Amino acid sequence: MYRYFIRRILIAIPVIFGISIVLFTILALAPGDPFEELATNPNVPPEVRANLRAQFGLDDPLPVRYVQWLASMIRGNWGFSFVSRVDVDTLILQRLPTTIIVLGAALLLGVAVALPIGTLSALRPYSIFDQIATTFAFIGFSLPTFFTGLVFILLFSIYLDWLPFIYRADIDATGWRWWWEHLRQSIMPVAVLGLFQGATLTRFVRSAVLDVARLDFVNTARAKGLSEWITVVKHVIRNALIPVVTLLALQVPTIFGGAIITEQIFRVPGIGSLLISSILANDTPVIMAITFVFSCLVVLSNLIADLLYGWLDPRISYR
Amino acid sequence: MDERELRSLINDVEAGRLTRRSFIQTMVGLGLTAPLATQMLASAGVAHAQARGTYPAKRGGGQLKVLWWQAATLLNPHFAVGTKDQDGSRVFYEPLAAFDPDGNLMPILAAEIPSTQNGGVAKDGRSVTWRLKKGVSWHDGKPFTADDVIFNWEYAADPATAATTTGTVKDIDKVEKVDSHTIKILFKNPTPFWAEPFTASRGQIIPKHLFENFKGAKSREAPTNLKPVGTGPYKFVDFKPGDIVRGERNPNYHMPNRPFFDSIEMKGGGDAPSAARAVLQTGEFDFAWNMQVADEILKRLEAGGRGKVDIAQAGNIEHIQCNQTDPWTDVEGERSSAKTKHPFLLDPAVRQALNLLVDRSSIHEQIYGRLGMATANFLNAPSRYRSANMKWAFNVDKANQILEQAGWKKGPDGIRAKDGKKLKMVFQTSINAERQKTQQIIKQAAAKAGVEIEIKAVPAAQYFSSDVGNPDTYTKFYTDIQMYTTTMGAPDPQTFMNQFTTTEVASKANKWQGRNITRWRSEEYDKLFKTAEVELDAVKRAALFIKMNDLTIQNVVVIPVLWRMVVSAVSNKLKGTDVSGWDSNFWNLASWYREG
Amino acid sequence: MSTVSESKALHALHRSHEAPISLWRDAGRRFRRHRLAMVGVAILGVMVVAVLAGPFFYRVPINEIDFKDKLKGPSRAHPLGTDDLGQDLLARMLYGGRISMAVGVTSMLIAISIGTLIGATAGYVGGPTDHTLMRVTDLFLSLPGLPLLLLIVYLFRDSLKTWVGPEMGVFLLVVAVIGGLRWMPVARLVRAQFLSLREKEFVEAARGLGAPPLRQVVRHILPNAMGPVLVAGTIDVAAAIIAESSLSFLGLGFPPDIPTWGRILFDAKDNLDFAPHWALFPGAAIFLTVLSINYIGDGLRDALDPRKVLQK
Repeated sequence: MYRYFIRRILIAIPVIFGISIVLFTILALAPGDPFEELATNPNVPPEVRANLRAQFGLDDPLPVRYVQWLASMIRGNWGFSFVSRVDVDTLILQRLPTTIIVLGAALLLGVAVALPIGTLSALRPYSIFDQIATTFAFIGFSLPTFFTGLVFILLFSIYLDWLPFIYRADIDATGWRWWWEHLRQSIMPVAVLGLFQGATLTRFVRSAVLDVARLDFVNTARAKGLSEWITVVKHVIRNALIPVVTLLALQVPTIFGGAIITEQIFRVPGIGSLLISSILANDTPVIMAITFVFSCLVVLSNLIADLLYGWLDPRISYR
Repeated sequence: MDERELRSLINDVEAGRLTRRSFIQTMVGLGLTAPLATQMLASAGVAHAQARGTYPAKRGGGQLKVLWWQAATLLNPHFAVGTKDQDGSRVFYEPLAAFDPDGNLMPILAAEIPSTQNGGVAKDGRSVTWRLKKGVSWHDGKPFTADDVIFNWEYAADPATAATTTGTVKDIDKVEKVDSHTIKILFKNPTPFWAEPFTASRGQIIPKHLFENFKGAKSREAPTNLKPVGTGPYKFVDFKPGDIVRGERNPNYHMPNRPFFDSIEMKGGGDAPSAARAVLQTGEFDFAWNMQVADEILKRLEAGGRGKVDIAQAGNIEHIQCNQTDPWTDVEGERSSAKTKHPFLLDPAVRQALNLLVDRSSIHEQIYGRLGMATANFLNAPSRYRSANMKWAFNVDKANQILEQAGWKKGPDGIRAKDGKKLKMVFQTSINAERQKTQQIIKQAAAKAGVEIEIKAVPAAQYFSSDVGNPDTYTKFYTDIQMYTTTMGAPDPQTFMNQFTTTEVASKANKWQGRNITRWRSEEYDKLFKTAEVELDAVKRAALFIKMNDLTIQNVVVIPVLWRMVVSAVSNKLKGTDVSGWDSNFWNLASWYREG
Repeated sequence: MSTVSESKALHALHRSHEAPISLWRDAGRRFRRHRLAMVGVAILGVMVVAVLAGPFFYRVPINEIDFKDKLKGPSRAHPLGTDDLGQDLLARMLYGGRISMAVGVTSMLIAISIGTLIGATAGYVGGPTDHTLMRVTDLFLSLPGLPLLLLIVYLFRDSLKTWVGPEMGVFLLVVAVIGGLRWMPVARLVRAQFLSLREKEFVEAARGLGAPPLRQVVRHILPNAMGPVLVAGTIDVAAAIIAESSLSFLGLGFPPDIPTWGRILFDAKDNLDFAPHWALFPGAAIFLTVLSINYIGDGLRDALDPRKVLQK
């Protein structure tokens, strides 16, 4: 297993290189060529262009340009944002904590909702509880987040006047009030994102548990006289977790995608909103940095998922 | 300057040197209606009033929270890309003078506004002398002097700095220091609009002592780019690009008793409707910028009683452009090339019919409401430049009649055609709910006249980009007609009206940077424009611009749809905002205060 | 434990060898007996008929602007009310429903077919094939959607338009983009199921009996792995209907005057507190479509479940 882990890490490196090549090509080919726009944009100084020409080797063919980008990236030079003229790493680090807190909380909320509800639904399929859970889950993902976000704002900010709907990273308060304000303003973005993920996850958990619950070893466990609770926890859930873990690993990147809209609605200054505004402004160094970090995250989370399979189901062999 | 000269004319009336009647006759002779000329007299008298509202003689107003749905991304006014950046910088930096809502200059860092009477403005229009306010200091305690202003000219004029403000100083030959608090701007040519440099949102002054080592090529490296040190009412606290700008009260501000608030927070991002809600409905914020929201929604939000919408005039015009060239034929790697002719839009009958098919009153009343006014003119403001000669009408029958007479006959599919050419056009604009509704209204009316319109909507970021590789930008204009808003910036039409001159025709050769997007060429127009550029007589100059406007409207080069206002949402408790369409939203930020 | 299931598996194999037709007939019978599945079929059927035939019977134009009647709730003249241009919502829903449902279902089918194919191959074959396919999946997962979409529009919009006509061109593009960017979760889920299932007793039994790989996959593993695929499929329908509306904001989707359900929902959002009916109906339509597809999916799974054969 340990050797397998090392081997997978070693394999991941060329994969990340491969991904960076594809990313680079897409950004280079996509309309709104940033290098060309720079040339006609009076807002961008010639020295920036000169630096970029050196950094990207604009006149060189694509492969050469790629190698140069890679070289400066490895040296830790992420470039600077064309739009705000700030170093890309500063810009990203400024926003990372907010994103991690909000997205992390949303993911936790999603799992906390989905695991118990999905399991209960599956253990009593087509019961009243299952029907209600199903209905809510379907309402959950039939409505896009831009819509549920608005419903939340209308309900909790406007009619009830309980929560603020504009997220502010800088809060002028200390101690308990600071925590309280942060909690209050995080509730809605976390809930919108978390419940959307939760609705999706609930369906997958339900389906996975349903599949496992019908398998023979579960019947055997029951026949052995194990209590229902132990059967469910030790046998059913553990086995059902395999597809669920896959899904969680998948969720990490997709939750980023979902975050873009939520961050926009509640004005959360996170990576998602930075990515979207950079794309709209053709701010290539920022786009490249975020997507690249993001793809490393994808590779990593899938690696973790693969390792978890082995732990959850010892019969799966690593070949 | 026209403003001043006009006022001196009006002063003459007031002082009895000129009769009211002869003033009005002069104006009418130049294309203005009599009521309008009278109105000019009246409004000029009002506009002269210095004190705008009463300001409470106290401080300690707590926090001012304002919301911009596009966030500031940088805080050096010379690098500002849009109003969001200019406004963000304006919290900390100030110009010599600002334009109030009526387009009058108000001194900020200047001791007084130059005029011919006080000798500030040279009779030949070649120079202007500014006296600066004394006792003003930068946030770090250093005094503000003439050297700072001169430095700003050098900074912006240096091509290596690549400042976005470089256009404001392009006519300057030299800026001379008269004494420590007086400067003299020498222009290359007689300049009727001498108030462009160092005023309004593009004229914010940055400190010499912090930027002098970062001029030209090194401009990006200045640490002060991100931590502004200005003369403004608020001192810098924190800035997160694309998110938030924060400032605290400047205790040594140069205007007594100001500012009222202890701190300011300018939050960015999100969308306009929810920004409107945050001010008008929940009162979470005090002020929100640029309310591009259907008026119907704004009215319902106002009903909550927490805030109201503030509407200021500017020269922004939502208009439809008729392509004079052929967008569907490629000539030497360029469509809509000036070498081609549009297959049917060059027929005046088609353009006239199109003009009759735009239901301006429905668009105004049902979509934009208070956010705009139906207009027949391209040039609408300031009011002395507005033509009274043009009329608009919505008349499907007449459009049908004109097309029929011109030989455009309806085919079996209901679409008119002539010589095998069908009246089918692609109508392009940016993605924006109001614009798509407008497109639908026009499309429906056109269909009744046998003109088929295909609606095309391009994401704003691409449509308004200067990207040479993208075929969908508004400057390339690769469709038959298109619609967007041209903004006017300063209360002087010179730069605004250059967009119909032949030299400005957008083409591949100038990388589509030319401002003449319709590619319309008229010797008559060019001649008028050249004359206006150096005409120092304000009244004659106004008449020239009115003639230029009439020429474009009569030829239906453009179809004005709506004269758009600058709309903000303001909390009922917030006073003194007095938003100006000619300057930054923060032009008098120091005088904002809260009541109750 | 293993002997029990092996014998069951043997039975199953035996049965299926003996009477392959009855398996499908059984499935059909079981599906028809699945109450919720039949409800799903009924709802979906009604909706499909409505959007296909509706515009022929309900002849109100979709773009008739009437400001006097704007933002009105349901009434006799406008059964579902009107939007802010006074356009009839029922007519728009019927017209747009065709596109929304076609986009939803087609994209879903594309996504789950590609996903299942890749996931099954990776999970069953394993080794270097698995690695390669999963890295391709990772690659697709990490592609930045927005620039990629812009690139696709830029490269293919005009050529597709001239090739199959504007409407079909946009449809193909939308479906390919949504389907082509949503298969990765399915692939990973199917692979995970395969990893676990291929070691299970009944598959080993089938393998031991000399069943060829394709047969193992199609007959024994795939049906057992369908659970998450069906779930993903139903979620994809909803996601595709919604994604279509956001695509049009990138200049990629259908023209802005074509009222797809996602589009109506988006247009309605700012008037939610004043004219809730505007959002309610498209929201409900998407919900019902997804719900009924899900019930049909549940019914299919239960009907095709090989174990159910034995329990009968």
